[in-house]
This record gives sequence, structure tokens and C-alpha cells, in this order.
Amino acid sequence: MNRDDIPLAGLINGGAASLASVPSMSSERLAEVVCEGIGMGLRISAYFGATAADGGTELFAILADDERNKLYAGRARAEGKGFPSIAREHPQAQLFEREIAEQFGLAPEGHPWLKPVRRLQAGGFYRVEGEQVHEVAVGPVHAGVIEPGHFRFQCHGERVFHLEIALGYQHRGVEQALIGGPDRRSPHYAETAAGDATIAHATSYCQIVEALSKRRKSARAQAIGAIALELERLANHVGDLGAISGDVGFLPTASFCGRIRGEFLNMTALLCGNRFGRGLVLVGGLRYDLDEARAAELLERLDSGERDASVAIRLLWDTQSVMARLEDTGRISRDDAARLGLVGPAARASGLSRDIRSDQPTGIYRLTQMPVSTYDSGDVLGRAFVRWLEIQQSIAFIRELVVSLPSGDIRAAPGLPPAGLAPATLAVALNEGWRGEVCHVAITDADGAFSRYKIVDPSFHNWPALAYCLRDQEISDFPLCNKSFNLSYCGHDL
Amino acid sequence: MLKAILSRIQQGYRTMRFPAGPPPALSDRFRGLPEIEASACPDDCRACLEACPTGAISRDADLRIGSGSAEAGLRIDLGRCLFCVDCEEACPRGAIAFTKDYRLAVRDRAALSIGQSKRELELARVLDRRLRRLFGRSLKLRVVSAGGCGACEADVNVLNTLAWDLGRFGIQYVASPRHADGLLVTGPVTKNMELALAKTYAAVPEPKIVIAVGSCAISGGPYIGSPEANGGASSLLPVDLFIPGCPPNPLTILDGLLRLTGRIKEKAARA
Repeated sequence: MNRDDIPLAGLINGGAASLASVPSMSSERLAEVVCEGIGMGLRISAYFGATAADGGTELFAILADDERNKLYAGRARAEGKGFPSIAREHPQAQLFEREIAEQFGLAPEGHPWLKPVRRLQAGGFYRVEGEQVHEVAVGPVHAGVIEPGHFRFQCHGERVFHLEIALGYQHRGVEQALIGGPDRRSPHYAETAAGDATIAHATSYCQIVEALSKRRKSARAQAIGAIALELERLANHVGDLGAISGDVGFLPTASFCGRIRGEFLNMTALLCGNRFGRGLVLVGGLRYDLDEARAAELLERLDSGERDASVAIRLLWDTQSVMARLEDTGRISRDDAARLGLVGPAARASGLSRDIRSDQPTGIYRLTQMPVSTYDSGDVLGRAFVRWLEIQQSIAFIRELVVSLPSGDIRAAPGLPPAGLAPATLAVALNEGWRGEVCHVAITDADGAFSRYKIVDPSFHNWPALAYCLRDQEISDFPLCNKSFNLSYCGHDL
Repeated sequence: MLKAILSRIQQGYRTMRFPAGPPPALSDRFRGLPEIEASACPDDCRACLEACPTGAISRDADLRIGSGSAEAGLRIDLGRCLFCVDCEEACPRGAIAFTKDYRLAVRDRAALSIGQSKRELELARVLDRRLRRLFGRSLKLRVVSAGGCGACEADVNVLNTLAWDLGRFGIQYVASPRHADGLLVTGPVTKNMELALAKTYAAVPEPKIVIAVGSCAISGGPYIGSPEANGGASSLLPVDLFIPGCPPNPLTILDGLLRLTGRIKEKAARA
């Protein structure tokens, strides 16, 4: 098998394919194809179970071919009580398989560490035995203003042998609630899937419904939507650099960035009234336009935001005591990043050139050359520095968009489609949120309602990497490593 | 070192004067307290009820609009409201409008249900004498996210930045419930967080207060009816302050906290 004859349905990002055109095979064959695909450099964007019309379970795999700007979809009928594990060979599949096992009662045969993803269990943590080994348990309620999760460290003195992260505390049933939709509440589930990535998730949701109802946003709406997505990136990247600074005890940048982050959130509010972009992105358009006066105001605020952020952030790179703490902390090699299936700035910090805006562009991103910002150190410094590169790039990109906004309406056909969505169809939408690839997949039933709605937040790909990068580190480096990823608990737990 | 000092000068003094001075400017598209225009509503229209994603709008069937009673007809439950303006857009007569009024925090859950009359939203009263004596100048809160999407958490946290500087009011988020005077809860309280929230609450010494921030924590928000979640903090704990929004603007949160501790007293008229 080579890249030209992958026996799966080819798709483009933001596209739909009838279910009949998605080849169905045995679960053994699907596992084989996925493994071969990964061997050729493809990666898993989503791998999940779905209940078929007759009540049986089907497995769906969505693979991304970043070099060729293409997606692949395949499915398998799950027969019996299990299916062969891909994670045996490719760790990037491990959480997906655990999720399938939890949701559909199917056992991935040969899975190296099969346990629930979101259902809480009292024990079952990996333990290192030995007289001088001790265990540190943290959470679910943490010291700061952050979401809940449980962390279990196996330590030898200060040194971490192993960290296991148990999540699920934020599980509020998002995917389940979307079944039967779209309805009036569906967009709000997307907006709150991970609240700090509202635009990325809302955009993905709307692209799904647009693909299933043959609609699209106008060029103007796409451009303003991209501005909102980049503002989301700016706010979070600036905030995270401040948080990283705070965790190494360097207070100037921590204090400055805390405020500057707010300035970027307020730019989103300038667009739509809400600091997180709630209510901006609609199916087939946007709720608010960027009029001329507002555009001028945005550019002005962008200038001052850039000035302040540059001064605050450059201070990090110029301060040796900061650099000494960032360098070589929580390192993930390029190979490990690829094996773990990392996405977003975390992947790029390990040298992987992976960015949906460049690899699988949709909307206005198709018309632009978005350079992929990479760094090769794979440590906290890398993850911080990539953010800085992206901050500069996003600001430049927003400026470019604002001055060359396409004309036209922003909202051609709002609201739900009157005739419903295409029946028995699969649609995929990927967007590069600030944490990385936000993936939504929908499958419709014979009536055009969602029979399965799968959301893969970038955090789902990246949580295992945080645990992995703590190996052989000091336990006191955990907060710093954690901030360098800043993963979403609610996006993972859904 | 020199660079740090220079950058400090460049960044300037950024803490707002509010509440002594004016509040920070909000976006002209900001969606605050909604207003209902009674006279515009025909009896048989249900457009807003059908558009509302969380069932926040209700209609008293027995009390017909136009019957003269100011309390009749439409009511919006701000505890459920996502401030998404789906209702405003669905209304063919412009009977619902979201104003720029950011003051939304109340002490009683029932006060969040607002009708068509122009009476004031009953904004949060100050704590009673004993609690105010204890907490008025020093309120330590333990924040518990229990199914929140991260947006409420972010705008609770932002009050700690130098622009807002929550510490100047003696209010602080603390690392342990044992050091706290109360809880600030976000999220609908997922089933998986029920026990952790109960334990955290139990660990806070008496007397203690509970603050629910965001529509999830007040009513369940978009997750009302989810089998995986409860209906917010008040379904499990006695709540002393409700701050609506999805998420509430930091100004709305600060306004609520300051009213509770008696630092803002005026009863402002509805905008």
C-alpha cells in the first residue's frame, strides 16, 4: 500500500461524504489499514465508535495526510466483544481505544493500559514498588483557579519516575447531548466544549452543519471569523506566557501578560460583545460585522497590544534566570511527539510541522500562506517560544485581513436549515485552535439528524504527552510543564 | 534587571479606579440585563420561547398580556439565560432587548426571574451584620470548577490581574478550603465532581458562604437536564450570591462581590 491506494474514502477538510461511500471492513482490516497509514506518515485525527441504524456498533477512523492536504475515513463493523488494538504499536491511538471501550463495551485486544477515560475509579494507577519510592496524589480540586483533574506521581525523592493523569471530572455529556440535533442548543454545546477555544469549536460545528446542508460562509464572514480565531490564539498565548513566567517566579512578565491577555479578549468583545466570542459564529455566517470604525479601532488596539506584549515577552528571552528554568525542562523528542500524536504548538515545539491552517486549510486560510512556526528543542522553552512566534504571526495576519476585508454580507442564510441535513452522511471539520487541531465529526441518520457527533479537542491528543514529559524530571517542575501545554480538562472530558 | 525596570515604566500604571472611579468601558455590543417591552407582545406569539436554548423564557398562560397586569406575560430567568440574543433575534416585534447594564448579581435565586415591568432587578444586598463584620474587609474564597468550560474560570481569575487587582478589596482566592471563608463555584456540578465539591465545602470552616458564578453554576446552563450533571451549585449547596452570565463579564463578577461585601451600595436604576 502506498499513499495513492489507501483503501479509505478521501475527504477534504470541511467536506462531507455519504456513508455509503465510506468503505466498511472488518475491524482487523481497519486496524491494519490505520497502522499502515501511520507507518506512511498519516496520523489519527479521530477514532471512535458509533451506534449503527440496526443497533450494532461501528468503528470510524479519520486519518489526516498533512503532506497531501487530505483526510481519509474508514469504518468497521465491530463483531463480538472486541477489536484489535492499534495502540499496541502506535501510542497515539491509546486514548481513543480506551474511549471506545468505555462507551461501547468493546475491548481493544492487546491494549497496553486499558482503563476508563472519564468514568472515575478509585485505584488502578500504575505503581512503582520499592522502599524509597513514594506516591504523590494531587487533585481533583487544585490550588489555583483551574479545572479539576487527578495527578498521581511515582517519585523517588524529588525525581518523578512516572506520572499518571486521571480525568473525567468535567464530563458533562456534550457528545451525547448533541445526538438527535442540530437543535437550538447544539451551537451552545460547541461553544462550551472548551470555553477558552469557543471560536475554534463553534467554527468547526458550523462547518459541519454547513457541509451537511450545502451552505458556506461568505468570504467576508470567513475573514472576520479568522480574525476572531487569531484573537483567541493571541489572548491564550499571551496569557500562557505570563503563566509560565509566573511559575518560574519571574513576576514582571507574569503581571504584564495577565493584563495584556485581557486586552486581546476585549478585542474579541469589540467584535461581538463577548470576551470569548460567544454568539459570533453562526451556521452560514456571523452574527456581527466588522464595520469601518470598528476595524480602525481594532487595528489601533492591536498596535498597542503588540507593543505591550513584545516588551513583556522579550523580557523572558533576555533574562538568564528565566531561560535557565525553561531550557531542558519537560523535553519531548520529535520522534516521541510523532508517536504520541501531538498536535498544535506542543507538536511544533518538538519540530513537527503540523498546523491545520497550513496543512488542511479551509475558509480564508486557503488563500493565504500561513508559515508553520516550529522549534526543535521540545522543552518548555520550545513550547513557549513557538507561542511567541505565533503571536507575531497572528498579529500580522489579522492586520492583513482587516485591511483587505472582502465585501459582501456576513450572514447569507442564518438559522437552521429548513429542510434538515443530508441524511446518512459523514462530515469532518478541522480547525487550528490555539491548542492545536480541533476536530469535529458528525454522522447523520436517515432523517438527517446527528446519530453521532464526535468532538476531539487538541487536549485529547496532548494530555498523555504532559505525563510523558515529566519522566525523570523534578516534581517541582510539574506546574511549569503543565503551563507550557495548558491543556483543557473540559475539552478532554466533554 | 535594568530591562525589567524599563519595561515596568513602559507598561505604566494600569489598575482601574473602579469602584471609586468609572467602570472600564464595555464593548458597545456587550449584552447585559435584558429588557422586555410588554406592550409589543401579542398573545399568541411564542417565537422567543422556541428560540431560547435553555428554556429561560416562560410565559404565564393565565395572565394575558394586555390585561393590565404589569407582571403578566413573559419572564426571563437570568439564571438560565446565556445572553446569546437568540430570543432578541427571533422576536418579530423587538420586544426583547439586551441592555448595556452589567449589574446582574443577586442574593436570591427567585430575583433572577425578571418580568416586563420596569422595576429594578433586586441587586445583591450586603451580607448580614455578623458576616459583614467577618468578611467585609477580608474575604478568602476557594474556587471550585465543577464542570465549567473554562470561560467563567478565566474571568474569575482575571480579577487577580493588575488591571482589576481584587486584592485591594481584601478578596483573595486561596489554595485550601481550610483557609477559606467560602466557595466560589463554576460549572453545572458534574456527577463526577459532586463528591469533591461536597468534601471541599465540608472543609471550609463555619460560617461560610457560597457564590455561584455563571449560568451553569446557577441552573446548569446549557447542561440543564444532562444525565451527567446536576443543576448547578444551588442544587447541592446553599448559595448566597448568584452572578449570571455565560460567562459573566469580570465587571459583573466584581460588582457582585463588592455588593456582597458592602463596597458598592447604591441601588442603580435599570439602564
